[in-house]
Amino acid sequence: MLSILSSAYAGVIRLAGEAAEQTSSGWLGGLWKQFCDDFVNNFIAQKRYMYLLKGLGVTFEVTFFAALLGILLGIVAALVRSSHDKLADELRPGFLKGLLGFFNMITKLYLTVIRGTPMVVQLMIAYFIIFATSNNKVLVAILAFGINSGAYVAEIIRSGIMSIDVGQFEAGRSLGFGYIATMIHIIIPQAVKNVLPALANEFIVLIKETSVSGYVGLQDLTKGGDIIRSRTYSAFMPLIAVALIYLVIVIFFSKLVTLLERRLRNSER
Amino acid sequence: MSAEIPQIAEKGDVIISVKDLKKHYNGGEIKALDGITTDIKKGEVVVVIGPSGSGKSTFLRSLNLLERPTSGTITFHGTDITSKETDINKLRQKMGMVFQHFNLFPHLTILKNMTLAPIKLRGMSRTDAEKRAKVLLGRVGLADRAESYPSQLSGGQKQRIAIVRALAMDPEVMLFDEPTSALDPEMVGEVLEVMKQLAKEGMTMVCVTHEMGFAREVGTRVIFMDCGRIVEENTPEQIFTNPQNERLVSFLKKVL
Repeated sequence: MLSILSSAYAGVIRLAGEAAEQTSSGWLGGLWKQFCDDFVNNFIAQKRYMYLLKGLGVTFEVTFFAALLGILLGIVAALVRSSHDKLADELRPGFLKGLLGFFNMITKLYLTVIRGTPMVVQLMIAYFIIFATSNNKVLVAILAFGINSGAYVAEIIRSGIMSIDVGQFEAGRSLGFGYIATMIHIIIPQAVKNVLPALANEFIVLIKETSVSGYVGLQDLTKGGDIIRSRTYSAFMPLIAVALIYLVIVIFFSKLVTLLERRLRNSER
Repeated sequence: MSAEIPQIAEKGDVIISVKDLKKHYNGGEIKALDGITTDIKKGEVVVVIGPSGSGKSTFLRSLNLLERPTSGTITFHGTDITSKETDINKLRQKMGMVFQHFNLFPHLTILKNMTLAPIKLRGMSRTDAEKRAKVLLGRVGLADRAESYPSQLSGGQKQRIAIVRALAMDPEVMLFDEPTSALDPEMVGEVLEVMKQLAKEGMTMVCVTHEMGFAREVGTRVIFMDCGRIVEENTPEQIFTNPQNERLVSFLKKVL
């Protein structure tokens, strides 16, 4: 895979070089030659493109697992929050109600702290304080980004749960489903479908947010581009390349979500 | 947990017994139910009528505890369902409910709407549940809609599905909360027809409705409620031809 890519790169460069020689007269040709030289210097020389490729791998890894963790935490937090609101008058005072109240308080604290502080600061706190003894930067980043994302996912899912007509809930309960079973079989599937655009947005934010990983020395895509910049002393090529890669990923992901939405909608027609 | 519910009840046996049921809001300021006492017997078709805000829906929804009463007791086959020890989910399986706004699950096909509860709650196999669902669908003339989604159906069709969805759980009592109020006039008939059929088969029914024709024709007993109380309770014939209470007289004058 890598060798194909690099040989393709080389081919492009050769073509570009020939084109540059043909039009090397005039200022446009000069500019083109400059561009090609820059390209070779920044990406091809010393296999510098590897910084981007490896960084991209790290970005994907962190984003993917952080998203999973975020969804998991988000659903749990959303369930606690909405259950507390819904069951407040149904439950009699007792152990269960106390427990739910306790979890609700913890969840509220979690949401407040995570949404009230910058992601970069949370990441640094996680790496330099909480997991100071750990050297596994990827794992720490996954935890930090996942916990952060979970707070936003929680509120998205909660809004989805609240958007479902109370009649759906009553229908489930009247058939004999318990509270949790009603949530799992009837409410959550509809809620998630309703909030799919908002969830997709959260993941787009997450992908881009991982670009601060460099603060703890994790070499993600952004850090990779930055390393190239520090080696070649040219900012334009590596940074624009990094930006383009993010853009392509996000566009691709958005398309995927649009397809998914259409499919889910079709199932109701 | 809850005492075993006897499966067999003779016609005329008391199934649900309601005693001095009260539902207050704002610390007693609003009295949605103000002391309801009545018995529902096996095979009865009890029709609850009354002006809006009279508490008839609240009463019906209390029967399966969708509304939690402030005080009073409801017993189902001798088990106090308002008690802490009662497993309300088990009891609700025996009480089917049909809502004004159908409340079908829009993310599931008709067949899945009907088989979800029997499979998950009664441990039926998918094949058995689907077989039974199809029989029920056939009975309401919707056998060809098994794979449709609720949004593809008309209001009358949706309500017929809602009825058989509840029936799929094999309930002992069916509760109807204004089942025809959200329907276009030309669709009311098809839903009432299903309910009539059900009554004929001996299903115990409690029905809140504005369909006086249905009350008169199918009901075995009519309860007239006003201001959270049962004002008059009698056979349909007596209620409609010989009303005693003046509030019932003026109510009937308005609706008939």
